[in-house]
Amino acid sequence: MNGVRVLVGTRKGAFIMTSDGKRQKWEVSGPHFAGWEIYHMKGSPVDPNRLYVSQTSGWFGQIIQRSDDGGKTWMQPGTPPGEPTKTPEGMPKGESNKFVYDTSAETGKPLTTHQWYDGTQHPWEFKRVWHLEPSLHDPDTVYAGVEDAAIFRSKDGGKSWHELAGLRGHGTGPKWQPGAGGMCLHTIILDPKDEKRMYIAISAAGAFRTDDGGATWKPINRGLRSQYIPNPEAEVGHCVHHVTMHRSRPGVLFMQKHWDVMRSDNAGDKWTEVSGDLPTDFGFAIDVHAHEPETIYVVPIKSDSEHYVPDGKLRVYRSKSGGNEWEALSKGLPQSNCYVNILRDAMAVDSLDSCGVYFGTTGGQVYASADAGDSWAAIVRDLPAVLSVEVQTLK
Amino acid sequence: MIRVVLPAHLRTLAHVGNEVSLEVAGQPTVFSVLNALEERYPMLRGTIRDQVTRERRPFLRFFACDEDWSHEPTDTPLPEAVANGKEPLLVIGAIAGG
Repeated sequence: MNGVRVLVGTRKGAFIMTSDGKRQKWEVSGPHFAGWEIYHMKGSPVDPNRLYVSQTSGWFGQIIQRSDDGGKTWMQPGTPPGEPTKTPEGMPKGESNKFVYDTSAETGKPLTTHQWYDGTQHPWEFKRVWHLEPSLHDPDTVYAGVEDAAIFRSKDGGKSWHELAGLRGHGTGPKWQPGAGGMCLHTIILDPKDEKRMYIAISAAGAFRTDDGGATWKPINRGLRSQYIPNPEAEVGHCVHHVTMHRSRPGVLFMQKHWDVMRSDNAGDKWTEVSGDLPTDFGFAIDVHAHEPETIYVVPIKSDSEHYVPDGKLRVYRSKSGGNEWEALSKGLPQSNCYVNILRDAMAVDSLDSCGVYFGTTGGQVYASADAGDSWAAIVRDLPAVLSVEVQTLK
Repeated sequence: MIRVVLPAHLRTLAHVGNEVSLEVAGQPTVFSVLNALEERYPMLRGTIRDQVTRERRPFLRFFACDEDWSHEPTDTPLPEAVANGKEPLLVIGAIAGG
């Protein structure tokens, strides 16, 4: 029977919610990793029981967790239970927690400073993994977007991590700067038709693309206009909040920028604004319908200082025309006294025949729609603040 | 045997109880005790000190015999009471919200 598994990361642990294809009754397990910030968890498209989790803490740093049984049991992949805890050379294992920036000459000695809030240069310092993106082809290959912004890859199931240093090495690093959430690489999109092509996005630097498997990268920010930077049309410096793509059309991208909803029909070479009649075009989350590549969803947020929905009403906006014309979806969502935010990685869709749409709020609710957004119901209402939501469609 | 008391989250990660006991060769120091701890519990690597620089993570502190050892050079010999297992080395998280 068809079903879905919703993977929810919160400020104080992870939760897994499962349902059959009707998506009316839910089983909730968790908290997993109780007390830790779970920035992201995501399953492998090749092996849905393979889950990767970013578990992080301001006190204790970064932990990578992995499950090979759909979230029933977990392990730190660098230290599987029962294996020797030392290498033959006598060095302790535990490499899955190790993210070290590449400064080697072989990769061009990537820049080691970026712009700080006050405009001075500041060294790159690893803080946490924001996003994990498992390969479309190999369950042991997974990418990690980290703060301070860089992309890492593991080819051994998360045991060890190596930076794709060409991103920081391409030259604009000193102009990147942290947004309010830190200088994070939060979006990684793998092109399903071209294994060598990937997109990433950084707050606040912008979007970048590689066409050679991550060796070299170029900024793809033409058409973005950001009033909050000295040159509104600069090559880099834009606070891109999230980017999404429909797998049937890898060259078409949709972006929620700090302000502005944008689209590109040429793999990011040029962007045009499609905010249209949205009540506000500030926001974080954006996603695409699983079967209709021109149907997109955003959750407008009042402003860059008022990080909550406008008018106390929680409304998802849907465009069936790839932007510009939007309709408010509010059936089943609170329409008074609601002041939550929906963070950038906290919206996802399933691929059942009637597309399911899911999102989590900073108020701890996780909402699901089994009819492409026409109506909504809460799966849970009282979790810690939700940082991320991913969905697996199980067949 | 050297006794080490860990914060709750690290006990969960390492699957241990309130404190752990470790063999440490020679005169124990914070550095050598952490080496022994990470060798035995590699899942703790990076959680107490940076994996490359070996610098203490900023929100953690070390105490022994009611003294703050957080800012001592990590190769300073620990007190005799820690060396002979009478007193534990405490790893304590800052009370900084959360």
